[in-house]
Order: sequence, then structure tokens, then C-alpha cells
Amino acid sequence: MAKTESTLKNMVLTLLVITCVAGASLGGMYELTKGPIAKAKMAKQQAAIKEVVSGFDNNPGDEVYELTSKEGFVLKLFPAKKGDELIGVAIESQTNKGFSGNIKIMVGLKPDGTIINYQVLEHKETPGLGTKMADWFKTDKGNQSILGKHPKTNNLTVSKDGGEVDAITAATISSRAFLDAIRIAYETYTENQSSQTVASNTSTEEGGAE
Amino acid sequence: MNQLNNFTKGFFKENAVFTLLLGMCPGVTSSAIDGLGMGLATTFVLVMSNLVVALIKGFIPDKVRIPSFIVVIATFVTIVEMTMQAYVPALFDSLGLFIPLIVVNCLVLGRAEAFASKNNLGSSIIDGLGMGLGFAMALTMLGSIRELLGSGKLFGTTIYPENYGMLVFVLAPGAFIALGYLIAFINHVKKEA
Repeated sequence: MAKTESTLKNMVLTLLVITCVAGASLGGMYELTKGPIAKAKMAKQQAAIKEVVSGFDNNPGDEVYELTSKEGFVLKLFPAKKGDELIGVAIESQTNKGFSGNIKIMVGLKPDGTIINYQVLEHKETPGLGTKMADWFKTDKGNQSILGKHPKTNNLTVSKDGGEVDAITAATISSRAFLDAIRIAYETYTENQSSQTVASNTSTEEGGAE
Repeated sequence: MNQLNNFTKGFFKENAVFTLLLGMCPGVTSSAIDGLGMGLATTFVLVMSNLVVALIKGFIPDKVRIPSFIVVIATFVTIVEMTMQAYVPALFDSLGLFIPLIVVNCLVLGRAEAFASKNNLGSSIIDGLGMGLGFAMALTMLGSIRELLGSGKLFGTTIYPENYGMLVFVLAPGAFIALGYLIAFINHVKKEA
């Protein structure tokens, strides 16, 4: 078969045609998958919210708002309401203190700040060690579980740092990072809430605390 | 016969992982299902890129053939990535980071350069299919061994309690240890045959 000569014109022309075809087909594919990708992401987010604060009847995704933490992370907050009453907030929090990079979690707090449940969304921790955080802090064994605890009254740091939570065996750094993400969620939420309460002077939190 | 040979060589005689030791980058397969997913994604890219390369080889000047092949390969990898993200988000979560790495998997470019650019369309597709499925088989085997020894599971089903698993097989060094033994075993079988 006669090969095309490697002249400059031929080379430029060939590459131009190839990249144009590649670009066009990728563009088409992007249009095709854009919808399903957004839907899959949304479904994952909804499932996470449902897991960390259950029993709401609004659509928390519609009322989402963003807050910036002291560390500069942008947190997404999903208020979960039953009727008009706020029963909890699902907070998408993150930290950069992980063993290998960022850890992103979704944590559900009652309006007074008590931890309802959590879910790990994204992380790059070591498989078999740091990855255990997905269940570790939910398991009611020793001082592992953080569910039902309150970041203000309970010292939610690992026992090595003088706290009252048992770190994951052989993954203290991942455990610290995880608890850090919880702390960031709590602090950002309560700080914003107290300023809001002053502004609107509502009494809903007082009732919720009981 | 010749076509059959083109197909089966990818499984045994020229298996990319066990014999050619090509495309070793995806040491990510710490479980059987990850290995299978990664292998099938690579198979798709391999078949499609072999197909396109076999079709356009006559038009491509020699000096720019590698960049042209890479653009073709990258296009198909991106298509796989977007499709996975849209329709199998769970698999995408565990493999997501490694899918783009298929572009630099030497196996894919290797077959485009060594086979598809010298053979006709039919042979190239069959070569891609055989090589890809052989690769998928090897990765699934590797993933199964690591999953079984490391966490006591096979395709997510618990075989024995996780506590007895050997952590090293879940981590990267375990991949190379398991692979070393697998290659030794395959070579042994080959010698007998």
C-alpha cells in the first residue's frame, strides 16, 4: 500500500483531520452522557443525605446553601425539614489532612449539633487501613462510634491526642483527618447558625435541643 | 485457522501481562471485579483503536503516526470514561482515577503500532479482541488472588473472615508478589506443554 509521504503539508493536514474528528466525536459523546452523569451524581448525593439524616419530607437538594469554613473549604449544607421544622442538616465537609490527600464526607447533624450519622464520599486513603473509616466510626464497639455524640460536650479527637474516640488500628492519621472533617462541619455550621439566630431571633433551636 | 490463532495468542502465547509483560501500569486491581472492569474497558479501547488504526494507516505519514495513534486511543479512552461515569457510577468510583491511564498503557499503543498498522482490518479487530480479553483475564486472576488473600473475599462474597487476610496483598507490593508467582506458574505450565 502506498504510504502518504511525510511532507510538512501532509503531516499537518493528517493531524488536523484526526484531531478534528476526535474533537467532534468527544463533543457529541459529552452531550450524550451529560444528562446521565448529572443524574448519577444527584442520586448519589440524595442517597448520602438520606443516610445521614432520615425522616425528612422536603428536598434538601433544593435548599442547599454554601458556607466557607475557617480553613477556606467551601461546605455545602442541605437542610432537612419535616413540615416546617428543621430536623437536621446534611453537611458536605472536607479536610486536606488525610494520609494521601483530601477526604470528603457527608455528616448529618441535628439542629443542636449532635451527630446523627455520616458517610464517606471521597478519599484516597490506603485500602484496608484508612478505608475502614467508612464503617469504623459507626460501629458500636469500645469508643469507636461517634454517632449520637456532640462535638461540643464530647472531645472528638483520637485517644492518642487525649480525645475519647478510638482511632482506626494502624490508621491514626486517617482517623485524625476524618475527625477533623467532622469538626470543620460542626464549627462552620454552628458559627453561621449563631450569627443567624441573632439576626432573626428565632427560638427553633431551643425547642430542637430537647 | 490463522484468524483463530490471532485470537488465541492473546490468551496464552503472547498474553500481554504474563508473557510480554506489557501494560503493567494497572496494578490497581485489588479485587476481582476491579480487574474485570479494567480489563473490559481496555479491551474496548484496544478493539476500537485497532479498528481505526487499521482503517487509516494508509493515510498517515510515517513521521506522525505515533501522535495520530495516541489521539485515536485517547479519544476512545475518554469515551469509555464518560460512559462509565454515566451508567456504572459504582465501578467508576473505584476505577475512575485509573481509566485515563489506559491511554498510556503500552499494550494499546503497542498493538496499534506492532499489529494494526501492518495488518488488515479483520485481523486487527480479532487481534485487539484476543489481546484485550487475555489482558482482562490476567487482571481478573490477579485481582481475585489479591482479593482472596488480602480480604478473604471473591467478587465481593466473603470466603473467610477479613481479619485473617494478609494486608500486604491489598497494597501495591502484594500485586507484584502475586504477579511474580503467577508468571512463574504460567511459565511452568508452558514448559510442560
